[in-house]
Amino acid sequence: MLSAEKNPNLLAAIGRRTLEPVEQMGKMAIFLFWGTVHMFTLPLQWRKIIQQVYFIGAKSVFIICLTSAFTGMVLGLQGYYTLVKFGSEGMLGAAVALSLVREMGPVLTGIMVVARAGSAMAAEIGIMRISEQIDALETMDIDPVRFLFSPRLAAALISFPLLTALFDVVGILGGYLTGSVLLGINPGIYFGRVESSVVMNDVAGGFYKAVCFAVLVAMVCCFMGFYTHLRREGFGAKGVSLSTTSAVVTSCVLILIADYVLTSFFL
Amino acid sequence: MTEPLIEFRQVFKSFGSNAVLKGVDLKIFKGQVTTIIGKSGIGKSVLLKHIIGLLEPDAGTIFFYGRPLEAMSASERRELKGKLSYMFQGTALFDSMTVYENIALPLAEKRRYPKAEIRKRVREKLEQLDLVGLENKYPSQLSGGMKKRVAMARALITEPEIVLFDEPTTGLDPIRKNAAHNMIADYQRRFGFTGVLVSHDIPDVFRISQRVAMLDDGKIIFEGSPEQLRESDNPVIRAFIHGHDLIDME
Repeated sequence: MLSAEKNPNLLAAIGRRTLEPVEQMGKMAIFLFWGTVHMFTLPLQWRKIIQQVYFIGAKSVFIICLTSAFTGMVLGLQGYYTLVKFGSEGMLGAAVALSLVREMGPVLTGIMVVARAGSAMAAEIGIMRISEQIDALETMDIDPVRFLFSPRLAAALISFPLLTALFDVVGILGGYLTGSVLLGINPGIYFGRVESSVVMNDVAGGFYKAVCFAVLVAMVCCFMGFYTHLRREGFGAKGVSLSTTSAVVTSCVLILIADYVLTSFFL
Repeated sequence: MTEPLIEFRQVFKSFGSNAVLKGVDLKIFKGQVTTIIGKSGIGKSVLLKHIIGLLEPDAGTIFFYGRPLEAMSASERRELKGKLSYMFQGTALFDSMTVYENIALPLAEKRRYPKAEIRKRVREKLEQLDLVGLENKYPSQLSGGMKKRVAMARALITEPEIVLFDEPTTGLDPIRKNAAHNMIADYQRRFGFTGVLVSHDIPDVFRISQRVAMLDDGKIIFEGSPEQLRESDNPVIRAFIHGHDLIDME
């Protein structure tokens, strides 16, 4: 209080710092609302959605397979050496499958797609903003949120659950490689445990998480690019680079927070 | 004189502490080409962006057909926007789309025309602007002048009622500059659109302009015909159109 009296701008600065995130969140909610509404306004943008599914989904298949295979292999190794201490190495299939389907599948898929496609979305839309391409859309009476965000949101909603499913399957095969092929657990026991331990609720939980992460990633990455010009820290190319960094960091943090919240609901 | 199509009344606009428009009064009449001149960085593009709605005034009113813009409903504004077209100073072409896709976009997105009609219209514009053969190129593969012509083709493809040109001929060689001026004049005659140009091509641009307005220090200091401008004895105007500094005149 004393320092506020000494410096009358201090209170204003604190107020600004508090209001800014609230304003950002409000803007983001409106952005998401219109993006969702325009997914269903006619004419439907099928061509753009398919292009984005190709970009976000199909082009991520290789990196998802690679990361999931190694994640499954590490889980297989770590799980085996932990379980063998209790003589329960037969449970490896269940441990790998449940870890992947419930948690690691949706989370790591989300983070990998943020790194590969989310950063590209933020950078592309950011460059369109600073080179007046988004203004050009407005002058042509083309809604930029509908044109740029809605197809990406729809494509993310289609791609994320499919990529998560792929991650789970390849990860379980990775666990099989280390657990059965390398360390000698009976394949029948491994896959039998996978089959008996994973129930529909686990798969559905992972699916809901994937849908939630799709919305978060598409919203944050497109939003950061779309409002690049309003950043106070940097303009032009520097502004775009900062937006891209913010998009990736914010998306990853939100994925982890949302994962915790959703897990606490599902359990 | 008849009622102006667009009218600025005491329009103010600042960016932070930088006051750009300090009480602009300007009238733009239907069916005429009005050219806005003034020194670089004085706020001509800012003025133009207020017409298309990319910027909103801090104070003052802009009237369209005698109605204040802020009193218009969302649907009226949309309808008005459909009549306007804007050619950006920096072209603002979509760099991940080809020349053809850029020009066709305003028509293709509205889905009011069949594909064959869109192809025909784009072809027509490509021919008029000497762009045939560049349909499949991307903006990054074009020279500055070519980009300007593509931007102009995109602005005119919808055959709008009001076209705003932000330095449409900067960077063009004299032959293409004349061709662009001729095309604006020709289109204006054929379709009777209202044109608002920001240009530094003095005196060439006067050939196609019925009215000229000069912006200086945030205000319109002259409005009238090109002949009246030439005859003006205002030292700021004389210095500007003759291309020398006021200090030189003293």
